Amino acid sequence: MSVEDVHEVVSRIYEDVSSQSLERGDVLINTLHAIQDHYGNFIPIEAAEALKEVTGTPLSRIYEVLTFYTMFATHKRGKHVIRVCKSLPCHVTGGQAVIDSLKYRLEIDFGETTEDGLFTLEETSCLGLCGVSPVMMINDEAYGNLTPERVSEIIDEIVSRERSESL
Amino acid sequence: MAKIKSLEELMKIKENAMKGLKMRDSGKRGKVIVAMGTCGIAAGAKDTLRAIVDSLDEKGVDDVSVVQSGCFGLCDVEPTIEVHLEGAEPIIYGHVTPAQAKRIVEQHIVGGKVVGDLIVKRGEL
Amino acid sequence: MPVVENTVLICAGGACISAGEKSVKSVFEETLKKYSLDGVVRVVETGCMGACDLGPILVIYPEGVFYQKITAESAARIVEEHILKGRVVEELLYKGDSGEMKEKPQEELPFFTEQVKIATRNLGVIDPLSIDEYIARDGYFALHKVLFEIGPDDVVEILKKSELKGRGGAGFPTWMKWDLTKKAKGETKYIICNADEGDPGAFMDRAVLEGDPHTIVEAMTIAARVVGAQKGFVYVRAEYPLAIERLTHAMKTAREYGFLGESILGTDFSFDLEIRIGAGAFVCGEETALINSIEGRRGIPRVKPPFPASKGLWEKPTLLNNVETYANIPPIIINGGEWFSQYGVEGSRGTKVFALAGNVKNTGLVEVPMGITLRKLIYEIGGGVPGGKKLKAIQTGGPSGGCIPLELIDTPITYDNMKKLGTIIGSGGMIVMDEDSCMVDVAKYFLEFTVEESCGQCTPCRDGTRRMLEILEKITEGEGSMNDLQLLKDLGENIMATSLCGLGQTAPQPVISTMRYFWDEYEAHVKQGKCPAKKCKTLMRVVIDKEKCVGCTACARVCPVDAISGSVRKPHEIDPEICTRCGSCLAVCRFGAISKVSP
Repeated sequence: MSVEDVHEVVSRIYEDVSSQSLERGDVLINTLHAIQDHYGNFIPIEAAEALKEVTGTPLSRIYEVLTFYTMFATHKRGKHVIRVCKSLPCHVTGGQAVIDSLKYRLEIDFGETTEDGLFTLEETSCLGLCGVSPVMMINDEAYGNLTPERVSEIIDEIVSRERSESL
Repeated sequence: MAKIKSLEELMKIKENAMKGLKMRDSGKRGKVIVAMGTCGIAAGAKDTLRAIVDSLDEKGVDDVSVVQSGCFGLCDVEPTIEVHLEGAEPIIYGHVTPAQAKRIVEQHIVGGKVVGDLIVKRGEL
Repeated sequence: MPVVENTVLICAGGACISAGEKSVKSVFEETLKKYSLDGVVRVVETGCMGACDLGPILVIYPEGVFYQKITAESAARIVEEHILKGRVVEELLYKGDSGEMKEKPQEELPFFTEQVKIATRNLGVIDPLSIDEYIARDGYFALHKVLFEIGPDDVVEILKKSELKGRGGAGFPTWMKWDLTKKAKGETKYIICNADEGDPGAFMDRAVLEGDPHTIVEAMTIAARVVGAQKGFVYVRAEYPLAIERLTHAMKTAREYGFLGESILGTDFSFDLEIRIGAGAFVCGEETALINSIEGRRGIPRVKPPFPASKGLWEKPTLLNNVETYANIPPIIINGGEWFSQYGVEGSRGTKVFALAGNVKNTGLVEVPMGITLRKLIYEIGGGVPGGKKLKAIQTGGPSGGCIPLELIDTPITYDNMKKLGTIIGSGGMIVMDEDSCMVDVAKYFLEFTVEESCGQCTPCRDGTRRMLEILEKITEGEGSMNDLQLLKDLGENIMATSLCGLGQTAPQPVISTMRYFWDEYEAHVKQGKCPAKKCKTLMRVVIDKEKCVGCTACARVCPVDAISGSVRKPHEIDPEICTRCGSCLAVCRFGAISKVSP
């Protein structure tokens, strides 16, 4: 990943996001989301630096924003980022067992990534799906009515899908 | 699509669209509405939708359309679907897994008999 | 684990065995083999299911269908009809006490009859991707009325008569906000929709955004016309990707039809909308933090005054309203203010969407007139608490609100009443908790949330809530003192008085509220080191009574961390070191052998 390549990518993304905006400039957060999607679940520092060049925004300001919002990551994360809700409605409907089963099955704690780079486990605040609690999101997919068994099934499904895709 | 400028044009769209909503003149005798809010999807609504479409195809039913809509508000019994057949009151079913969806297509849509143990509501919402 | 399509549980309790269960099972297994289904259907014998006079009984999963009085013939039939063809065999279904078919004809349920759907009028009725269907339900007729028949002042009057108050939580009179922004000096103005719904237990905004996105587009366009704005932003949290998708589509089609963009409906009024995505910060639901976020900064609230109506986005007058508030605008414009204010009660007019979550049977969204009692909402409409448990408390208003105990549930839900009880309506989330919840644990839960989401700008919130959390953690581990309880109260008052924004000002509320109504629970933790609800991990254990355990292995199978050991038909044991006290085993034991005890 050369500096020039990163610069090109970031420049393109920024232009793309800006063109869809009514107010040019100040599309920082939308741009960061697009950059994160491109690099797969994280924003490398090279991209942040490129963004500084492209927009003229100081790097400190970019980092201020990057580190404040929980959905942005500055370090590499797994291909599938699991965000399990730990707010009250999920808690009182069996959320504890779901969290336990995730940690047990993946053998990682919150903030960690599995060795094969497939999964990162994170805790999140309420996802607004309380009607089907307990809930988790894996990247953009939502899974509800979770039980430890269901969690196992979902992880199995993803693992076998990844395996067949890599063949 | 030409832009709308007058009340008359708006009214015309409304009338046509209402017919579609109520299935008059649409050539279809019924429709199945699947609640596809994120909560429904989190409970498996995407698989349910697929199962309904597949099942209708399998049975050669082509005069019943399948549409998606937002959350009915019945999160507890999701996935939920609403079956509208001409001349009959709409029925909302709950806990519609792909297996149950197949059952509903066979028993209700094809066979004309409501599936008693899955009903959540009869009649208009 | 092999992929199993169906699991069949055959009751092998004493009564069923004596009624011929063994032969039923063997016929079942033979028939499965005959159709080569033995690899995909798992047959498990379980302990007594309780309906002994109707045995042999079997249950087919994943549907959870119960069959009763099974014989060798009916067993074969079930394999052929149900498992092979997916057809439930109705005459063999479990009939329950009344002997009636277990149908669920619930058409007259209060869940449906009590609702008055205004903000949620189109949910489940239209295809959110179809602008025509939105128009069929009177969509964009309100916009037409505002552009051709009435003027901005008339709209403010209509809103005033409706007595609509902000549905996001603050409950500020909507007409006043619109009027203030309208009167603010300046050529450039903005309209913002706060779609950063973050309150635990609230999900009505998501439902509206996903199910009826055009109502937001229409309402914001009307607002722009009234206050004199040219551009608008919908700030949606990133955790709602489907809402973002559907809103984007709605904006696109609205532009095609001429309802948005240049020369709306052929007039000289132009207004356009854009979506700005959040990035996982609850505090961005606070209006000034939201504005900072749109401006590409950290979501840190600003000091108010000045209010956004005079100095908001990029220092220009900005109208900021919540999704649900906007959803009410088009029908109010069409039907008139008095039509809306006929519902509800004095001071709390109109309808409100409540989100029922937690230990309640009918979780979901209900829109009802204000003034309904909590009892009606939770018991009649919500179906009460499942599992035969008692209601303990209802948490309202998210992390800014408090808990209402069982004794007070005959209170009508109004802005004033909730305030008197020490809580708020907030966004309308109602988290129901049963007797298994520990209120100290609940308070700690909310404080964990607030500490996590605090932006960090001001000391009272950043440090004060952290100290409060530390004290609560001490208490839930049995290490607290009466002094700590006093300290909690003092800290709470201080934080409420001195925090910069609403998040901090209301953060101690769950603690203050639970202390007010459940003081005895706090005292028990502190004075006796006991958790009366047996929830706090350090103060309880889950144990298996070896006398009662028959070794059915049901508990071992559901334990998420494999903490239970034991062989089939031998008493099982829970390893307290590994056990996380999640309660899964308790929920499945049919022999009453598992219980929670204080150490």
